Amino acid sequence: MNKVIERSMIVPNMHVLVVEAPEIATKVRPGQFVIVRGAEEGERIPLSIADFDPEKGTITIVFMEVGASTSVLAGLKAGDEVLTCVGPLGNETVIDTFGNVLLVGGCYGIGSLYPVARALKAKGNRVSVLLEARSSYLIYWLDRYVPLAEKIYTITRDGSMGTKGHVSRLPDIINGMREKPDRIIVNGCTYLMAHTSEVTKDLGIPTVVNLNPIMIDGTGMCGVCRVTVGGKMKFACVDGPEFDGRDIDWKEFLARRKAYMREEAMFFRRSDAAFAHNEGKCAWHE
Amino acid sequence: MNDEKTQEKASKIDLNRRAMPHQSPKIRRNNFDEVALGYTRELAQAEASRCLQCKKPRCQTGCPVGIDIPAFIACVKKGDFAAGIKKLKEKNCLPAISGRVCPQESQCESKCILLNKGGEIAIGRIERFLADWEAAQGKIDLPEKAPPTGKKVAIVGSGPAGLTVAGDLIMLGHEVTIFEALHKAGGVLVYGIPEFRLPKAIVARELDYLKALGVKVFTDFVVGKTRSIDELLQEFDAVFVGTGAGLPWFMDIPGENLNGVYSANEYLTRMNLMKGYLAPRAATPVKRHLKVAVVGGGNVAMDSARTAVRMGAAESHIVYRRSHKELPARAEEAENAEEEGVIFDVLTLPLAYIGDENGWVKEIECLKMELGEPDASGRRSPVEIPGSNFRMPVDAVVVAIGNSPNPLVPATTPGLDTTKRGTLVADQETGKTTRDKVWAGGDIVTGAATVILAMGAGRKAANAIHEYLTTGKQ
Ligand SMILES: Cc1cc2nc3c(=O)[nH]c(=O)nc-3n(C[C@H](O)[C@H](O)[C@H](O)COP(=O)(O)OP(=O)(O)OC[C@H]3O[C@@H](n4cnc5c(N)ncnc54)[C@H](O)[C@@H]3O)c2cc1C
Ligand SMILES: Cc1cc2nc3c(=O)[nH]c(=O)nc-3n(C[C@H](O)[C@H](O)[C@H](O)COP(=O)(O)OP(=O)(O)OC[C@H]3O[C@@H](n4cnc5c(N)ncnc54)[C@H](O)[C@@H]3O)c2cc1C
Ligand code: SF4
Ligand code: SF4
Ligand code: FES
Repeated sequence: MNKVIERSMIVPNMHVLVVEAPEIATKVRPGQFVIVRGAEEGERIPLSIADFDPEKGTITIVFMEVGASTSVLAGLKAGDEVLTCVGPLGNETVIDTFGNVLLVGGCYGIGSLYPVARALKAKGNRVSVLLEARSSYLIYWLDRYVPLAEKIYTITRDGSMGTKGHVSRLPDIINGMREKPDRIIVNGCTYLMAHTSEVTKDLGIPTVVNLNPIMIDGTGMCGVCRVTVGGKMKFACVDGPEFDGRDIDWKEFLARRKAYMREEAMFFRRSDAAFAHNEGKCAWHE
Repeated sequence: MNDEKTQEKASKIDLNRRAMPHQSPKIRRNNFDEVALGYTRELAQAEASRCLQCKKPRCQTGCPVGIDIPAFIACVKKGDFAAGIKKLKEKNCLPAISGRVCPQESQCESKCILLNKGGEIAIGRIERFLADWEAAQGKIDLPEKAPPTGKKVAIVGSGPAGLTVAGDLIMLGHEVTIFEALHKAGGVLVYGIPEFRLPKAIVARELDYLKALGVKVFTDFVVGKTRSIDELLQEFDAVFVGTGAGLPWFMDIPGENLNGVYSANEYLTRMNLMKGYLAPRAATPVKRHLKVAVVGGGNVAMDSARTAVRMGAAESHIVYRRSHKELPARAEEAENAEEEGVIFDVLTLPLAYIGDENGWVKEIECLKMELGEPDASGRRSPVEIPGSNFRMPVDAVVVAIGNSPNPLVPATTPGLDTTKRGTLVADQETGKTTRDKVWAGGDIVTGAATVILAMGAGRKAANAIHEYLTTGKQ
């Protein structure tokens, strides 16, 4: 059991959760995740760690309320307990001296990329950030990226901030950059990761994604998180969650991601946001 | 000769093995309550009375932990159940579990002298009776522990191996802490074996008992991630690794990643540990499948197929490449499955899974097999019949072809050697690994095996750890 220090909504339907987890806070590396369980008879869900403070012994998670389990988490308040918070799981994002790195974040990925940006910058990389959302009011943590990033780009569906459109506009942005990125790292909803990988395949830029399949144990025991990477079966929780997005069988991945769509909908109210996610059509997608 | 005398005696005795009351198949198809209801006092005593009390009890040689079987059976016959359970617990600290899940027909009961007469003693059922009798007495008195030694032992994994080590070492006065990756302790006993075969209340009772003795249990703690073995060794004097064999195998055939294709671990975990069988009351999402095919023929396969029946499948199939006779499952479970309407497609090999346009499995491409020469395992090996391909329509597949050890702990522990199969290298008698102050036992050492073997390995390791903690010898 882990104590909740804070839970608040930062933008509509997106929550910040700070929990006490001293062992995890000292161990975690950027790109790793925890598995959280909110209800006694409910599922276990993976959530990325968006920040951590070894001194205070806390970790921060940014999550979108999309279904039964995240709605339980959204109801937490300071002082409550999370039944399970286990980790840090998965491999860390590879942090090296790459040169020029473009981070692409949407949805909860805006949060989970933050420790990645911090570590890359500390390692001497030049970091640019591209944030993507349906509208300007869904973009958060800009202030956190300002001191880290050389340049911050935004894409919004309605054009209320930055480039109008969705991630298919990425080549325009890259072409407008003074230096082509040496590496792209994408976090966020499946469609964002799939489409970015598709776009960058043509550009020939290594593109690393932080995959988010359905998971149960997060230790390699159940196999529900399996994905096909470069024609081979991998378990995202132990072999990933980081993979080169250009090697992933996205069609299969998207189908697996939606496996429990109907059952979730039966249990959970059909909020707009949940439904947009349900269809796998996160935010920007028509 | 002694044996002949016994044989003679055997010819006179009661060969009527007492049946155990069961829920009827029609009813139990629709619930997750325990199938076997257990002996009554009368039945247990009647069954115990049939035992010949052999001077050289062969049954005992069939028990991996060497329980003094005639002795505890004699107590039951007399009606001194308290003495019986005490005798049992000298060698086996979890009799309510082994009495239910041991493959008795290939262990103790297979060696009983009455077997060839067709009336072997139902040792497991009597064992179960005693354990349940003890539980029904209400509060169990805590035994006196040895004085504290000040030594601390960490146990990684809370399956039967880890629980046995914990129980033994706490009694010897050591401080014991269990670290478990999942949110409930018990290993396969809680996440794998279903409620209808091993009620979770029984495992919970054993855990409560250990906790009452002073064992600390940390769940949601993945050793190798949350802390490494090396880090544990900074705080603890010795470590026991009992992490089991939890990594599911797949067959590497086309279509295995289609939706609706599960590993048995996922399927059973979703239903048991995550309480999927209580859906929609529980929020765990579960699918209602109409035609389920389970690939494999062991206990895991039977548990999956019988779970599918209870989840409302109109047809639940076992797809197994050898014949009925070679099924590795406990005979009783295969029988129970058959009674519950599970369909056995034996001598059948899946070649590929075929999906619909949305990525859901809809058919299995299969091949018929026939039995050829015996293979290395002594079983007649299945041989493909060319051209016998056929398709089986399904809406779910559960792959239950086996598990291997999880590499997480060995991969994060320098000096902890593994075999080619991924199991830990450990001394057969002591469980000592290649790493200083680290012992191991159970499925992580043997590969997927049985509950009682894991408990036996735990006991040996506990003795060796105790020896090390008191004498410094390892
Ligand atoms: C390694 C990893 C890290 C993750 N990190 C985060 C994180 O930091 N913050 C966060 O909000 N989520 C994260 N996710 C996704 C998160 O686990 C799911 O959103 C969560 O399981 C939803 O649980 P639920 O019961 O509330 O919703 P469910 O009821 O399980 O889901 C409702 C529906 O929405 C779909 N859905 C949910 N999330 C997504 C998504 N991201 N992309 C496409 N479809 C989706 C589901 O498939 C389902 O059909 C991560 C996933 C993984 C594997
Ligand atoms: C569905 C099913 C049915 C079965 N039926 C029978 C039967 O009828 N009869 C029989 O005798 N045997 C049966 N078996 C086999 C039997 O359950 C196992 O042989 C036995 O449980 C092995 O015990 P163990 O203690 O070695 O490991 P396990 O019971 O596997 O326990 C290992 C524990 O370690 C935990 N763990 C793993 N890695 C870590 C880590 N890094 N950090 C912390 N914790 C970790 C796991 O979560 C797990 O709880 C069955 C197995 C299954 C899967
Ligand atoms: S522990 Fe298992 S093998 Fe040993 S006597 Fe009991 S049921 Fe038989
Ligand atoms: S159980 Fe069978 S072998 Fe064992 S003592 Fe009784 S009759 Fe003999
Ligand atoms: S989440 Fe179970 S194996 Fe990856």
